[in-house]
Parts: sequence; C-alpha cells; structure tokens
Amino acid sequence: RSGDNGPGIYKGKICSLKARALLIDMEEGVVNEILQGPLRDVFDSKQLITDVSGSGNNWAVGHKIYGCQYREKIVEKLRKTAEHCDCLQCFFIIHSMGGGTGSGLGTFVLNLLEEEFPEVYRFVTSVYPSGEDDVITSPYNSVLAMKELNEHADCVLPIENESLFEIVNKIHQMVSSGKLGSTVRPNSLVTSSAGSAKTLQEKPFDAMNNIVANLLLNLTSSARFEGSLNMDLNEISMNLVPFPRLHYLVSSLTPLYTLADVNVPSRRLDQMFSDAFSRDHQLIQADPKHSLYLACALLVRGNVQVSDLRRNIERLKPSLHFVSWNQEGWKTGLCSVPPVGHSHSLLALANNTCVKPTFIELKDRFMKLYKKKAHLHHYLQIDGMEQSCFSEAISSLSDLIEEYNELDATKGGPRIDSSRLKIAV
Amino acid sequence: MSIVTVQLGQCGNQIGHEVFSALCSDIRGTHGLCSKKENESYQDSCQERFFSQEQSAVPAARAVLVDMEPKVISQTLSMAASSGLWRYNSHSHFCQKQGSGNNWANGYCVHGPRHKEAILDLVQREAEKCDRLGGFFTIMSMAGGTGSGLGAFVTQCLRDAFPSSFLLNHVIWPYGTGEVIVQNYNSVLTLSHLYHSSDALLVHENDVIHKICAQLMNIKQISFRDVNQVIAHQLGSVFQPTHTAGGGSGYSRNPLGDVMEALVPHPEFRMLGLRNIPQMPEPSLPYSSFSWPGLIKHLRQMLIAKAQMEEGIDWQVRAPHPGSSIPSTNKPLHFNTSIANLVILRGKDVHGADLGSFQDPSLYTSWLNPQDAFNAWKTPRAFNKYEKSASLVSNSQFLLKPLDSIVGKAWNMFASKAYLHQYTKFGIQEEDFLDCFTTLEQVISSYTNL
Repeated sequence: RSGDNGPGIYKGKICSLKARALLIDMEEGVVNEILQGPLRDVFDSKQLITDVSGSGNNWAVGHKIYGCQYREKIVEKLRKTAEHCDCLQCFFIIHSMGGGTGSGLGTFVLNLLEEEFPEVYRFVTSVYPSGEDDVITSPYNSVLAMKELNEHADCVLPIENESLFEIVNKIHQMVSSGKLGSTVRPNSLVTSSAGSAKTLQEKPFDAMNNIVANLLLNLTSSARFEGSLNMDLNEISMNLVPFPRLHYLVSSLTPLYTLADVNVPSRRLDQMFSDAFSRDHQLIQADPKHSLYLACALLVRGNVQVSDLRRNIERLKPSLHFVSWNQEGWKTGLCSVPPVGHSHSLLALANNTCVKPTFIELKDRFMKLYKKKAHLHHYLQIDGMEQSCFSEAISSLSDLIEEYNELDATKGGPRIDSSRLKIAV
Repeated sequence: MSIVTVQLGQCGNQIGHEVFSALCSDIRGTHGLCSKKENESYQDSCQERFFSQEQSAVPAARAVLVDMEPKVISQTLSMAASSGLWRYNSHSHFCQKQGSGNNWANGYCVHGPRHKEAILDLVQREAEKCDRLGGFFTIMSMAGGTGSGLGAFVTQCLRDAFPSSFLLNHVIWPYGTGEVIVQNYNSVLTLSHLYHSSDALLVHENDVIHKICAQLMNIKQISFRDVNQVIAHQLGSVFQPTHTAGGGSGYSRNPLGDVMEALVPHPEFRMLGLRNIPQMPEPSLPYSSFSWPGLIKHLRQMLIAKAQMEEGIDWQVRAPHPGSSIPSTNKPLHFNTSIANLVILRGKDVHGADLGSFQDPSLYTSWLNPQDAFNAWKTPRAFNKYEKSASLVSNSQFLLKPLDSIVGKAWNMFASKAYLHQYTKFGIQEEDFLDCFTTLEQVISSYTNL
C-alpha cells in the first residue's frame, strides 16, 4: 500500500484482488450500493444472490422459503469459491439475528455449509437485537436462529448494537473534549475505516460496523502476518470451546484509540490489557470480570513481547474467576504487525458465563410474545413451520442457559483436585 | 560424526535457527583463547557435525524443517540466508497450509500418516549426506499441535527407520500460566509417546529461561527471540565439540552416543535437565572474571538444590551424609537425587578444574557406582565469548515437580472431560489418554522413589 492518497491509487492493486465472498440478500438495495461504491471491483458480481421482496423480518420466510428456493444456487456458488482456495480452512458467516434474511436464510446457509463442507470451520459473527429493537418479531427470529447456531456453528461471536453504540459515543466524547490534553490520532480509532478504501462520508451505522470489521481483522491477523507466536483460526476453536455447545465468545478490542505520542510507555500498554477486561470494552452488554471464565484468549498485535503478555496475565489473573478445571489456561498469540494507525492492539476472546444475561433476556422477550401467540400465524402459515419449531428452539435456548447456570454454581466454590492414578511401586 | 536436526513446528523452527546461528557465530569468533591448531580442529569438528559444505561457499545446516503452515519456515529460511554466514538447504523443508490447530491428535493421527513419506524422505537425504551419521536431534514444543503431535509421530518413524541411530528429543515446556489452553493435554500425550520411542528427552522450560532473561541478562522487554537465544547458547555449550574423558586427543566423534552412555543407564529414566553458567549480558563479559572453583561450587549447589539459575540458590540444602550413599527414604525432601550427571567445562585453564565434589556418592541413587554416575568433559577452547563456561546435563529429580504439575493439571481437566471432543474428533480416545497418564504416573513414581 503506497500512502494516504485517494482511492485512485488503490485502483491498480485492488483490481487484482477479489474477495472470497458470497453476498446474499433478499432485497437489492444494500448489495447494489456496495457494487456502485469504491469496493465494486473487489466483489465478483457472479458471487451475489439477491431477490427483490425481502423476508419481511420473518425467519421462516428466510429459512424455509428462500432457503428451499435458492439452495442449489447457493451450493453452486459456494463450490465455485471453494475451488479457488488452495486450502480452505474456515467460513465466516456475518449476519444479524433479529431480521428475516440474515437470521433465517443465514442459518440455512450455516446448515448447508455443515453438510457440504463438514471439515471446514464455521465462525459466525451475529448481531443480536437490542431491547429497544424496532422489529417486533426480532425475539422470534433470534431464538429460532439460536437453535441453529447451537447445533451447527463451531464458534459464535455475539455482537450487540448497544455496546457498539456506547463505544462510538465514548470515542466521540474523547475526541471532541480533548480531555487528556493530547490529540488522538484519527486513524487509530477502532471505529475508523482508515485502513480501508472507503470514501470519507460516513453513514450512521458505519462507525459501529467498523468496530466489527476491525474485530475480524484482528482475529485473522496472526493467520495473515508473521509473529513470534502465531494463532491460527482453528486454534481459536480448539482452545476456546471445551464442550461443543459452549461456543459463544465475548470479544473486546483495545485500545479504542491511540494518543499521538510517539513513545508508548509500558504503563499504557498495561492499561490496554486492563481495558480488555472492563465492561465498557466488550462488544456485548456483559461483564466478564464478575462472571466465570471457561477460557480466555489474548491476541496481541504490534510491538508487544512475551514479557508484556506474561506481566499482564500475572497482574490481572487474581481478579478474574476461572473454572476449576482451567485455572491457568490462557491462549496467547503475538503478531508482529499492528493494525493500520496503531502501534499495538489487543483482541480478547472470552468463553465466559457473562453471555448468560443476553440469552436470558432473549428468552424473556420471546416468552412475552409467545405466551400471547402474538404474530405467530405469520410463521406457522409458512410451509415447513410448525409449533414444534418454536418449542424446540426455546427448549434449546433454555438448555444452553441451564448449562451456564450449572457452571456459575461452581464459581467461588472450593477447588477439589481429582485424585490421581495410583501406581504400584 | 554428524547430527541431523529435525525442526518441528513454530517453536522448533525458531529455536533451530538460533541454534545454528549461535554455533556459526561461535566458530567464527576470535574468543577461542586457545591455540590456532586447537581452534581449527574445533571449527572442523563443528562444521562436520552440524553443517554440510557443498559447491557454494556458505555452509548448509544439516537440518530438516517441518511445519504445517508456511509462515515460520519461510521466515526461518530467509533469516538464515540473509546472514550470509550459513543457510538452510533450499530443499530440506516440508510445509502445508493448514496448521495443526494446537491439536495433538490432528498432528499425530492426521498430519503424521499423511506426510510421513515426504518428511522421512527429506530426513533420509540429509542422513545420506553424512559420512558418518551420529544420530538425530529433534526440536519441538509440547504445548502446540505440530511440534507435539506431528513431532511425536515423526520421532516414532525415525526410530523405526533408523533403529540403530541415537535419537535425542529437545522438548520445550511452556509457561505454567498458559500459552495454549490445552497445553497440558498436548504435553501428556507428547511426553508419554516420546518416552517409548526416544533415547532421551532434553528439556527446557520457558518459565526458567524467562527468569534468566529477566534477572541475569537484564532484558527489559523479553521477546521469544531472547528466550530462544538463551536456549541456543545452552544447547551450544553442550553440543559443540568437546574432549571426552577417554579420548586424549581430538574431539569426541560420537556426541549423542556419549550423552546417552553418560546419562541414560536405565530406560525408565530418560528426562534430562540442563543448566549453564555463567549467564550475563554480553556488554558485561569483558568486565567479569570467573574461577573454576567458584563456578563448580555454584553448579553443584544448583544441582542439589534444584535451582533454576545462578541467582537465588538455596544454600541451606545439603547432601545428607557427604561421602556415603544412604537409602532414599532418609534423604531430605528438597534434596535433588541424581541418577547420573554430566558436566562440560569450556575455557581457560580448564584442565586444572577439580570436579571431585560431583563424585560424592550421596548425590546419587544407590544402584549405580558413583564413578559411573558422573562424567566430565573438558575443552580449553572457550565458548561463545565466555572466558569460562560450565554446563550441567542432569538425569535427576530436576524435572519431577514441573512434570507432576503438568500431569496434575491435565488430570483435573480430563476428569471434567473438557476439550475431549476436540481430540476424539481426530482419533484419540479417552483410553488413549488413560494410557498416557499411566505412563507418566509411572515415570513420576520412579523418579520420586530415587
């Protein structure tokens, strides 16, 4: 990459790069916009599946109707993309839970991936609806989708808009107040698209979406760049999923911004580590510090060495609660190349019972509607949908919540080491 | 005699590179402090042992690089080449694109069999280049997936393909507070398998080397490169040419064989620890001077007190009854009982160094003759800019506590069945785990009852 000149400079390089991606939407608006924007050359126009009428915020329309209708086409395009890969390691599915297409057709595709490519990891980035969601049926859609995620995803990274929004506000305040006296490097904002090829004019969700984009960049950084301790995507699944269904990972990105000083004293580095565990920096409304950790991964980028990592783990460990059979288990990665505009960054992934409240709220919102059978007919009238789909879905969610409850019950309890094998002397 | 090194996984390749770098820089240095003839003899011996010289002027390391993803090998090859002093043979590497995902079962059950032929073929080619093959030296970590799982499989294959060659595994033990969450599983699986196919396991613990970097080398921001360079120095201090006790003139022609003979009298006891002193930042070297009596005294106390480095040695620990051997039940708890020890001294006035204190029978178990339990190798040629350098390779209870800790943590996790589905998916079942636990509990018991 040759510098900060406008998109024109990128043209030559980007033309030769094609995203290994499949864009699916049952409405055309969003995809069309992408294809007219600066990234039009990055996406292969043959790798699109669109329709016109949308899914009406109905999971059943997305999953059953469009799923059935587009199955062959989706498989064909997936195979095509897969053939271009020397070695296909993983799929990223990016969608929201509350609507109809992302949620319904999205989870249909998830199923399809498991059938057609059983050996390839499925990482799902799911945007969960917030409490004040204006889509009334979002609880139905989300819970129906949850069952699919429980059964067919290898790893899920839940994201809540509320958290993204709060982070955006926090940065905005910091930048405009000039509180700390030093200026913030604009390129270093975790909300910035500085590293990308987009135009300057940004729309309301752009800042929030950039956070998620940066999450995925950091997640894949060690697979893309060299480092002294590489962390590949299959290692994330291996280390963070102790039991198949407990595969929901809470993520946090720090720092949110970098100050313009050239030197970064280790105190600031340590602050980055502390922030990674604070409530404010999580991408869902959760507080991992006060819940129970099953596993934790730290992927550091930039000029951070193993001693910085060790020092901070030692420092923060006493204030965290780890499950009895994994008291000292940390997964760590060191990637030499920092994100654009930063000197270093940290992605923390936690398999932690603090996801439970999100799921409980989802269940509550679902039950509010379901008890009154509100809007249920929109779903049941779809071919292939029955009452049992709903009862199975809520049951799946309840079971998951129960698993987290059982783990929480062990928190703070006495540490009992299992007795070892006895050997005859 | 030549040694073929097999570098496995990210750790193995990163360390391997530092080892060959250190060996090369040592033989080129002017710090030998010995006669020109001695120096030349040392250089020739090292070259033959570790490098092959083909048409091109730059010596090629006798090494095979193996990894399941390409980034590390690619970096390692180019770093070596850019040094201008040595290189890797451009064909002696094997890599894939996937990685092993920190999954021992993936490394052992999937990658191993799939790539066995290709890897062994490379090793065979390196072996054939040697006039006389002295054996194999593998470098691996036991925490990850490739070094550990594929490494264990490759070791087995080497044993089958070269039944009469010596096989020494250099194994890196990870930091106690994890680098990999399933590291204890991977460790248990690795150690138990290696125990059945390797001649000996030479161990370095990241925690220990890290402390050396922090407290002795005064490095502020310690990187893995720093850790690896200390490890490389310690390995060099053992495997650079030396005179063994018997061979009057000329350097030892059978380094691995000599190590095995000196240190592994019984197949149940294969775990070797390594200590090297002094260790300090390079700029301080010209201002420091050492005496052999001082170094030997410290090294001996490090042995019996299980000290990890030269600082913080517990001088309270003493041999129970100096000069005599007593039954194991009467020995004080903190005292480190040895099966066998090997001390290697390099540098000025080395022939005057008195190692009698290491022959004290009370240091050893009763079932070996103390004269057989201790060996000393001395070389006047100084190593790696240290005027005097003393190394201890010890088959003793050094590693007992760390081993017990790893097995304990793995067992706790196993009892809860956490992560087992990740292993069964690739072919390692619960019974396989149990077998491995049993093997290691046996090893722990054997070392405990010395």
